[in-house]
Amino acid sequence: MPRREDIHKILLIGSGPIVIGQAAEFDYSGTQAARVLMQEGYEVVLVNSNPATIMTDPEVATTTYVEPLLPGPLEKIIERERPDALLATLGGQTALNLAKNLHENGVLERYAVELIGAKIDAIERGEDRDLFRETMLEAGLRVPRSAIAHTLQEGRAAVEEIGLPVIVRPAFTLGGAGGGVLYEMADLEKVIGRGLDASPISQILIDESVLGWGEFELEVMRDKTDNVVIVASIENLDPMGVHTGDSVCVAPQQTLPDRLYQQLRDQAIKVIRAIGVETGGSNVQFAVNPATEEIIVIEMNPRVSRSSALASKATGFPIAKIAARLAVGYTLQEISNDITRATPASFEPAIDYCVVKWPRFAFEKFPGAEQGLTTHMKSVGEAMAIGRTFRQAFGKALRSRELDAEPSFPEDTEELLARVAKAGPERFDHLLEALRRGHGIGQLNELTKIDPWFLRELQAVATEPEAAFSGERTFKSVDTCAAEFAASTPYFYSAWERPRPLGPGGVALPAHEVQRGDRPSVVILGSGPNRIGQGIEFDYCCVHAAQTVRESGRDAVMINCNPETVSTDYDTSDRLYFEPLTLEDVLGVCEVEKPEGVIVQFGGQTPLKLAAGLRGAGIPILGTTTDAIDLAEDRARFGPLLDELGYKAPPYAAARTPEEALQRAPEVGFPLLVRPSYVLGGRAMEIVYSVEGMQNYLERVGVIGSAGVSGKSPTIYLDRFLEDSVEVDVDALCDGDEVWIAGIMQHVEEAGIHSGDSACVLPPHSLGEEMLEEIRAHASGIAKALGVVGLLNVQFAIHAGEGLHVIEANPRASRTVPFVSKAIGLPVAKLACRIMLGEKIAQLGLPAAVATGHVCVKEAVLPFDRFAGTDVLLGPEMRSTGEVMGIARDFPTAFAKAQAAAGARLPSSGTVFLSVADRDKSAATAIATQIHDMGFTLLATRGTATALARMGIPAKAINKLSEGSPHVVEAIGAGEVDLVINTPVGTGARSDGYEIRAAAVAHRIPCITTMSGGIAAVRAIAAAAHGEPDVVSLQELYAESASVS
Amino acid sequence: MSRDAYVLLEDGTRFDGLACGADTHAVGEVVFTTSMSGYQEAMTDPSYAGQLIAFTYPQIGNYGVSESAMESSRIHARAAIMRAAVDYSDAPSADCGWLTWLEMHGIPAITDLDTRELVRHIRDEGAMRGGVFPGSMSEAQARDLIAAEPSMQGRDLAREVTPAQRFSVDGDRWQNVSRSDGSVFGGESVRIALLDTGVKMSIVGELTRRGAHVTHYPCTVSSDELLSSDADAFFLANGPGDPAALDYVVGTVRELVGKKPVYGICLGHQLLCRAVGLETYKLPFGHHGANHPVKDLATGLTEITSQNHGFAVLGPDGSGRIEGDEPVRWETDFGAAELSHVNLYDRTVEGLTLLDVQGGTIQYHPEAGPGPNDSLYLFDRFVNEIRNGR
Ligand SMILES: Nc1ncnc2c1ncn2[C@@H]1O[C@H](COP(=O)(O)OP(=O)(O)O)[C@@H](O)[C@H]1O
Ligand SMILES: Nc1ncnc2c1ncn2[C@@H]1O[C@H](COP(=O)(O)OP(=O)(O)O)[C@@H](O)[C@H]1O
Ligand SMILES: [Mg+2]
Ligand SMILES: [Mg+2]
Repeated sequence: MPRREDIHKILLIGSGPIVIGQAAEFDYSGTQAARVLMQEGYEVVLVNSNPATIMTDPEVATTTYVEPLLPGPLEKIIERERPDALLATLGGQTALNLAKNLHENGVLERYAVELIGAKIDAIERGEDRDLFRETMLEAGLRVPRSAIAHTLQEGRAAVEEIGLPVIVRPAFTLGGAGGGVLYEMADLEKVIGRGLDASPISQILIDESVLGWGEFELEVMRDKTDNVVIVASIENLDPMGVHTGDSVCVAPQQTLPDRLYQQLRDQAIKVIRAIGVETGGSNVQFAVNPATEEIIVIEMNPRVSRSSALASKATGFPIAKIAARLAVGYTLQEISNDITRATPASFEPAIDYCVVKWPRFAFEKFPGAEQGLTTHMKSVGEAMAIGRTFRQAFGKALRSRELDAEPSFPEDTEELLARVAKAGPERFDHLLEALRRGHGIGQLNELTKIDPWFLRELQAVATEPEAAFSGERTFKSVDTCAAEFAASTPYFYSAWERPRPLGPGGVALPAHEVQRGDRPSVVILGSGPNRIGQGIEFDYCCVHAAQTVRESGRDAVMINCNPETVSTDYDTSDRLYFEPLTLEDVLGVCEVEKPEGVIVQFGGQTPLKLAAGLRGAGIPILGTTTDAIDLAEDRARFGPLLDELGYKAPPYAAARTPEEALQRAPEVGFPLLVRPSYVLGGRAMEIVYSVEGMQNYLERVGVIGSAGVSGKSPTIYLDRFLEDSVEVDVDALCDGDEVWIAGIMQHVEEAGIHSGDSACVLPPHSLGEEMLEEIRAHASGIAKALGVVGLLNVQFAIHAGEGLHVIEANPRASRTVPFVSKAIGLPVAKLACRIMLGEKIAQLGLPAAVATGHVCVKEAVLPFDRFAGTDVLLGPEMRSTGEVMGIARDFPTAFAKAQAAAGARLPSSGTVFLSVADRDKSAATAIATQIHDMGFTLLATRGTATALARMGIPAKAINKLSEGSPHVVEAIGAGEVDLVINTPVGTGARSDGYEIRAAAVAHRIPCITTMSGGIAAVRAIAAAAHGEPDVVSLQELYAESASVS
Repeated sequence: MSRDAYVLLEDGTRFDGLACGADTHAVGEVVFTTSMSGYQEAMTDPSYAGQLIAFTYPQIGNYGVSESAMESSRIHARAAIMRAAVDYSDAPSADCGWLTWLEMHGIPAITDLDTRELVRHIRDEGAMRGGVFPGSMSEAQARDLIAAEPSMQGRDLAREVTPAQRFSVDGDRWQNVSRSDGSVFGGESVRIALLDTGVKMSIVGELTRRGAHVTHYPCTVSSDELLSSDADAFFLANGPGDPAALDYVVGTVRELVGKKPVYGICLGHQLLCRAVGLETYKLPFGHHGANHPVKDLATGLTEITSQNHGFAVLGPDGSGRIEGDEPVRWETDFGAAELSHVNLYDRTVEGLTLLDVQGGTIQYHPEAGPGPNDSLYLFDRFVNEIRNGR
C-alpha cells in the first residue's frame, strides 16, 4: 500500500531533555523520522524542548517548536498548526505519555488529530502494567505472578501473598524510575512508597522475582498488513535484576539453542499482535530460565526505544526510518533496505559479527549515593563495540568506555568476590580480575548467575587479552545480510583476521571492504559514550561538522562508538567507522582514509586528548593547533598569557603534591576552588573555605589524583573563589585574525555553580553595554592570542568589586554551541567548520551584530532523583545530564518556560518554604515580599522567619528536622509545601538543609538553592500568572530577526 | 595442541585456520549458511550431504549439541568451516560439546579463518568445490583430491542418504515435541507415503503431530508399490544434490500425479515440478539461511523462512525471476499450476499449487529446524487437504 494521501501535516513529538533512561537515541530516531516524512512530502511540525538536538535544526522539519513538552503548550501548538496526525512513538516515554494525556483531556478529538504509529489502546495495553498482564495472559503467554497496588496497604497484602523478594515496577515511568527490589519487610514502606510516588498514576506492579534468570530483548517491527519481523535479539550478560540499560549486553543472543530462540521469536510476535501496535517498532523483554527453559514476558515498549537504537546500530537496519514510513501507510515489503538496495525491509538481518554494549556510569559525581545496580536505571550513557568475535567486541568495548580512572581491586579475595557477586558499576572489571586470579567458572556462575558461556569467553579475555587481536586489522562492513548480497553500506568496523588469504593464482584478496573513492576525506572524531559534562551537545557539533565537510565537496568520515547518536547514523557521513576513540584505533582508520585532516574540536575532551598523539603520528589537525589547545588547557601557560594581555584572572597556584597544596593555599587566599588538572565537567572540583577544608578535600580527592585522573599526574590547581560574582559564557569564532562573537550568555546562578548546571540567558538580562564591550574585547583578545582557528568558548566571572575575571578558555566547541545556534538562528558549529576548512570570517557573510527580538533561557536538568543519598546542592562540579530551552519576548516568561520544560513545576499558589543562609537574609526579604504579595503562604525556619518578621512580612515558623516533630521535612512529605527556596549553610552532609532538599526532590517539589535562582523564579511565577504563554516557532523567529537586521 | 588446517577452493583460493573436530580432510561443494543459530540441525540435515558448510555467524558451538536438535540419525555435511568454534559442554541444554561431537562422528572442521572473506568470494564466484585439509597435507595433494570430487551438477546424492528399506513412524513419538504454540493436533489420522530422499525429522514431526501416519520409502521405490500402498497421499521430501540427476524418481512421481494428492518440500518440490514438466536450474550460490522473506500470495502475508537449496524452478516465462506478486500460471503436463509463494529477496519461485490435480509444493523449509516457525501453517494446509480433499 502506498503512502497515505488523507493526511498532510504530521505532528512529531521529541523526548525533551537528556535524562537517565531517555538519552540521545531519541534525537536519532526523531531526526530520522522527520527527514523521512519530509521526503515523503508531508508537512512536519516538530516539538522538542531540547535545543541540543539535530531534530530541532530548522531545516529538519517544516515548523519547529522549542517549547515545553507539556499539555498546555502542546494544545496551543495543535490549535495553531491543526495537524492531521500525531506520531508519538519516536519520542520515547515522554512523547508517549504526552500523547496519552492529549487524548485523555480531549485535545486530539477536539482538533481531529489522528494518532498514528500506535493507537491509544495499544499504548495503554503496553504501558499500563495491569492491562499488560491481562493481555499477555489472554494471549497465552507467561508473566511473573504479580499484583497491582495503588496504596501501601494493597502493597503489603500483595507482598505477603507473593513472598519475598519482590520486584516493584511503577507504571508509566521510564528507565524503571522509582522501581526496585524489596528483600525484607522492614523496607516495605520505603520501597513501595518510592514506587507509588514515581508513577504518575500512582500504580505499581509487584512482581514475583525471577532474579538470576537470563534476560533477553527482541526488537520487533510490524506493518499494517500484519507482517512482522524481528530486527535483532539482544542478550544481557547481567541476569535479571539489573536494568537492561545498566547491563552489559551482546547482540545477537549467544546462549539459546535455535529451538528456544524461535520460541522467543514466536512469543515476541504474539506480544506485538496482542498489544496491537499497528505499525512500527517495539521492544519485548523476556526472562528465560536456562535450566528449565521456562520463558516469562517482562515487558514491551510500544514505541522505538533505547534498545531499538542499539539494534539499528548493531544491524544496520534503520528502525526509526522504517517505523516512520510504516506509520504513513507503507508496508515492509514496499520499503527497500537502503543498505543492500536490492532487498526489501521485510527481512530479518543476519549478522556475521558480535556487538557488545557497555553502560557508562557517573557515581563518582554523586558521593553518598547507593552504588548498586538494580531494576532502575542509573547509567548516563553507553558505548557500543563491533568485533568479528565476542572477544574482539568485548575488548573493544572495554577500550570504548574511556574511564577517567582505572578500577583498582581489593587484595582480599572475599572482598573481590563480594564485588563480583553484587552488581555495581565495576562488576565486570572485578569479574575479569577474579578470573585472572584463577577463580573457577562454576564458582563464579554460582555467585553471579552469568551464563557459563560468557564466563568462559571472559576467562580468555582476562588471561590473554591480546590473543583476540592477533593478525591484521581489516575493516569490514555492516551489511544486514552476512555478505549474502553485495552491499554498498558506508558503515565499517575493524576486525582482526589472519593475514589475508590468497585468491586465485595466489593473488591477494583486498585487505579492506572500504571503497575509499578519490575525493579528499576529513575525519571527524566523535565524543564517545555520553557522560555528565560531555553529552549530546558535542554529538550535535560533530554532525554539523560532517554536514559541512560534505557540503565542501570532501568525504566526511565519522569515528565514534556511541550507539545513541545521530553521528553514528550511517548516512550522517560518507563513511562511518564504529570504533573506540583511542589513538591506536583512530590511527587505524587514518591509515585507510589518508585524510586531508582530522577535526578534534567538536567532540569535547575525548578527541582533544588524542590531538597531540595524532600530530605526533604526522596526521594533520584541522583548525586550532595542538599547541594552542595546550596553551589554553595548561593553566601554568594560560595564566601568564592572561597577564600579558592585562586581563584579570582569579589568583591561582598549581601544586604537584598535597603538601604543596596545603602550603600554597593561604598564599592564594581563601575561599579556594580546588581541582585536579585536565577534567571536563568540573569533576572533583570543590570550594574550600579553610585549611581544614583543604586537608579534608585532599584526603578524598588526592586519592583520585594518584589513581591518575585521565592518566595525568595529579597536579592540583588552587583558584581564589570569587564570591557573589555573575558568571558569563561566551562562544566566539576566530579565523586566526578576525573574531566574531556568536553569543554572550549571562548565568542566572552566581559563579560557583558549574556553567553546565546553571540556567543562562541570551542576550544577558542585566549587563550594561560597557561590560558587554569589555567581555567582547577580552574574548577576541584571547582568541587572537591563542591563534584560534574555529571555535572558542570563554567563561568569565564578574565580581561585584573587582570586575571582570577570566575563568577559563576552551579552544573547542562548548556545551553551549547548540543553544547559541538555536538562539541566534545561525549554525555556529558549521561556520566554525568552514573556517577550519580554510574560509575566512569575511567570506561567511555574518551579520555585525546578531538581532534578537526575543530572550532565550537555557536550563539544566539534574538526575538527583536517581541517586538517593546524595545532596542535591548545585556546585562547581557539574551534575546535570541535559538541558532545555525557553524562548519568549521577555526574560521572566522565557525563564518560566525553561523551568516548566525542565520539569520544575513552579506553583501559581500555595505555600513556599524559605530557609536561607545569613548572608542571603537581606535578599530573601525582597523575594519574600513578592511571594507574599502574590498570595502565597510563607513557611520559614526560625532564623529566616524572625528576619522576615522584622521587615513586617508574615511568615509561619516551622521546626528544622533537628528541632523535632512537627518539622519541615514532614510538611514536605505531607505535600503541604509547593516550592522550596533553601540556600546552603555549608554542606555538612546530613545537615538540615540536606534533609530539606532531599525531601523536596523525593516528592518532586521544585527546590531552588541560590538567591539569584530564587529571584528569577519569583519573576517567572509572576509572569505565569498571565496565563499559558504563547508558543513561537524557530522559523518565525528567524524570519523576524532577518527582517530586523 | 592446536593443529593448522586450511580451506582450498577449486579456483586456488586458500584460507588458513586451525583444525578442530576429527583429524582428517574432507572435500565437496563449499556452501554457506547465514543462520545465526542451529548449527547442529544444519550438520545433521541430509540435504547438506556432499557439502562443506561455512557458517557466516562467527560464534559456533555456544550451546553444545543435544539429542533433540538432530535432524537425522547422523551428520551429513562433510565439514564445518567457522570463525570461532568452542567446545563448551556445560551449557544447560547440552548433552555434549560441539567439537567433541564432530570428532566422535569423524567430521573434520576448521576454525579461526576469515569466513566472511570466504563467503564474499563464494558469493561473487558462485558455490564451488573445495576442501578442508590438515596443514600437513600439501596443496598439490589437496588440489588432486578436489579435482577428483565430482561436481554437484548432475549428482545423485539422494541414493546415498535414502533408507535401505521402508519403515513407519506414527504420531505418538512426536506428540510431545514442544512447539512454541504448544499445541498438539487432533483430527482422524491420515496415511502418508513419504519418498525419502533424505528427509529432515522436523518434517516428519510436523506431519505426525498433525495425526499423520508416515511410511518412509527408499527413493528407488517403484510407482506400482507406492500406488498399491494404502497411502492417502504422497509426500516428496527434501534431500541433497541436483534434481536433474534424479530422473528415475521424477519418472516414479510422474506416475503418481493425478492419482492421489502429491506434496513436496525443497528437493521434493523440484522433483514434483520436473515430473509435471517444469524445469529447474542451478542458483549461483544457493539459498542457505533463516531470514529470507517469502510472500504467500494467498494471504499476502510475508513469512520469514528457513532456506537451504542450490537449485530452483524456472518461472512460466522461462526466467528465474518472477516480477510482481501475481499468482502467475504454468501450463504443465497435468494442467495448470499456480504460483503460491515467491521469494522477496531474489524473486525466485518458492511454491506452487497444481490446479487440475491435487498437489502442492514448497521450495523452502516450513518445518524450520533451524529457523523461524512462521510457515508451520503449510502443514495444516497439506494435512487438511489430504483429509478433506480440495
Ligand atoms: N520479575 C522480575 N524479577 C527480576 N528482575 C526483574 C523482574 N522484572 C523486571 N526485572 C528487572 O528490572 C528491569 C527493569 O524492569 P522493566 O519492567 O524492564 O522496567 P523499564 O520499563 O524501566 O524497562 C529489567 O530489565 C529486569 O532486569
Ligand atoms: N575562581 C572562580 N571563582 C568562582 N567560581 C569559579 C571560579 N573558577 C571556576 N568557577 C566555577 O566553577 C565552574 C567550573 O569551572 P571551569 O573552570 O569552567 O571548569 P570546567 O572545565 O568544568 O568547565 C565554573 O562554571 C564556575 O561556575
Ligand atoms: Mg525494560
Ligand atoms: Mg567551564
